[in-house]
Amino acid sequence: MKRKLKKREFLIEKLLILFAGITIVTTLAIVLTLFGETFQFFKEVPILDFLTGKTWAPTLVPKSFGVLPLLVGTLMIAVFSSIISLPLGLGSAIYLSEYAKTRTRKIIKPILELLAGIPSIVYGFFALTFITPLIRQILPQTQVFNVASASIAVGIMTLPMVASLCEDAMMAVPNSVRNGAYALGSTKMEVALKIIIPSTKSSIASAFVLAISRAIGETMIVAIAAGQSPVLTFNPLESIQTMTGFMVNMSLGEISQGTLEYKTVFAVGTMLFFMTLIMNLIARGILYRNRERY
Amino acid sequence: MEKKLIRRRRLKNALFQGALISIIVFSILILLLLLYQVFKVGLSHLSLSFITSMPSRFAARAGIASALAGSIWTISLTILFAIPLGVGTALYLEEYANKKSWFTKILEINIANLAGVPAIVYGMLGLAVFVRFLNFQRSILSGALTLALLILPVIIVASQEALKSVPSTLKEGSYALGVSKWQTITGVVLPYSLPGILTGSILAVSRAMGEAAPLIMIGAAGYIGFMPKSPLDSFTVLPIQIFNWTSRPQAEFQDIAATGIIVLLVLLLTMNAIAIVLRNKYQNRMD
Repeated sequence: MKRKLKKREFLIEKLLILFAGITIVTTLAIVLTLFGETFQFFKEVPILDFLTGKTWAPTLVPKSFGVLPLLVGTLMIAVFSSIISLPLGLGSAIYLSEYAKTRTRKIIKPILELLAGIPSIVYGFFALTFITPLIRQILPQTQVFNVASASIAVGIMTLPMVASLCEDAMMAVPNSVRNGAYALGSTKMEVALKIIIPSTKSSIASAFVLAISRAIGETMIVAIAAGQSPVLTFNPLESIQTMTGFMVNMSLGEISQGTLEYKTVFAVGTMLFFMTLIMNLIARGILYRNRERY
Repeated sequence: MEKKLIRRRRLKNALFQGALISIIVFSILILLLLLYQVFKVGLSHLSLSFITSMPSRFAARAGIASALAGSIWTISLTILFAIPLGVGTALYLEEYANKKSWFTKILEINIANLAGVPAIVYGMLGLAVFVRFLNFQRSILSGALTLALLILPVIIVASQEALKSVPSTLKEGSYALGVSKWQTITGVVLPYSLPGILTGSILAVSRAMGEAAPLIMIGAAGYIGFMPKSPLDSFTVLPIQIFNWTSRPQAEFQDIAATGIIVLLVLLLTMNAIAIVLRNKYQNRMD
């Protein structure tokens, strides 16, 4: 009886280790599949042409594999969406942790969570049918598909994430620190700007980097609202294509394994994977190096 | 002089507070505007026949039956794969693993990194591994496995948090009675942490339900004219059907895209509401 129990306990532990191991296998599989196809891709397309070329036309004749238009498009979305998500997210966090009463916070937090829970396809629809017409009313030269509209939607989508990460850090600052400042006659704004923000700056920085990384990987909003024209431009009112937009667009048609198109999708995907991986590592590095202890 | 300075500082504070409140109001307004826009465009097409009809070339006759069935199939299988794996991994990390060993550290760093991998990259993994290598084709099974891997890190982290909240006194009490580790887990640890695990899992599953990008990558179709009967059937899901309609130039299709969004949002908001209610109940108990 006892031996049977022991054997069961042993088997369960092994089974759980096996479950945990699946996460490692997932990472290995991602890296291997991405690398494998990308390696094949660079056998056909010189890596320098890919990284420095200014024309992206993988399906046209003559083919051209300069990834810069996709990269610039992606970075534009990342930069312009940050203009919305970073200040508004940080502002919401300061309000929730420093100004709002408990009851107000209990109402506002679920609203931000709802905003975070809305699928990106819905934001894409909103961008195309609401934000774009609004921009075109103010600036009639704006194209139907444009960077600005998609960026605003991506910014709204990542705002709750910034707010929640920053707020968590701010709430972790002990009240004794605040009360000390209040006792010296500080206003709430002075406490927020001179004490709370400086003492949570690493968490804020890491939240910002994560938000930008999310924007880079965001797919459906840009596929719907930013367009499918890989042009090298810095004008936010024009149509572009992002890396993710290209990948979705290619996958909508049938692409068979072994073709150059298939490998191209993986090459772009590998680049995307590395960009987001590096940003995530930076975000965690910032947090790890500047851990505040109270 | 002194009084003037104080008044200026108070004024600054009031202005700052005003700015922060307007940020919050802006977020709420956006949410309302988004819902208003979707309902204004889509509500008039919402009917029973919209839910029971197949997609069609004609917007007026098109429905979401096959997409809804595809979503339900895919999500059910995703839950089946992701929750046992996620909770199991969390149990290993919190209850069994030696926190200082290098294997545990690698596991935790790896899970944190996986959580930051864009959804579309999981789609490529699914395409290479499930669709091609394991030869599951562009099926519900491939889609569900892909989504399961996508939400696995979220479920693991949420379950870990829930498991950490179990007071060690409860566990020690159980051990003191001579109860084995696994019996303590099923009899004490899991019942106590269940609301937390459920909340995290529901939020993760509702994220999977709204995902379109990874399923487009594995080749889920934009048009399916039949009801899926088995996990190996080809399929589409609600978000892809909505994407398909949104990206058509005709206005009628954008209208029914909004109707599809209403159905999707009702499903998601119900799930989210359940999760929030569960969490609030749980928090009250903790206090």
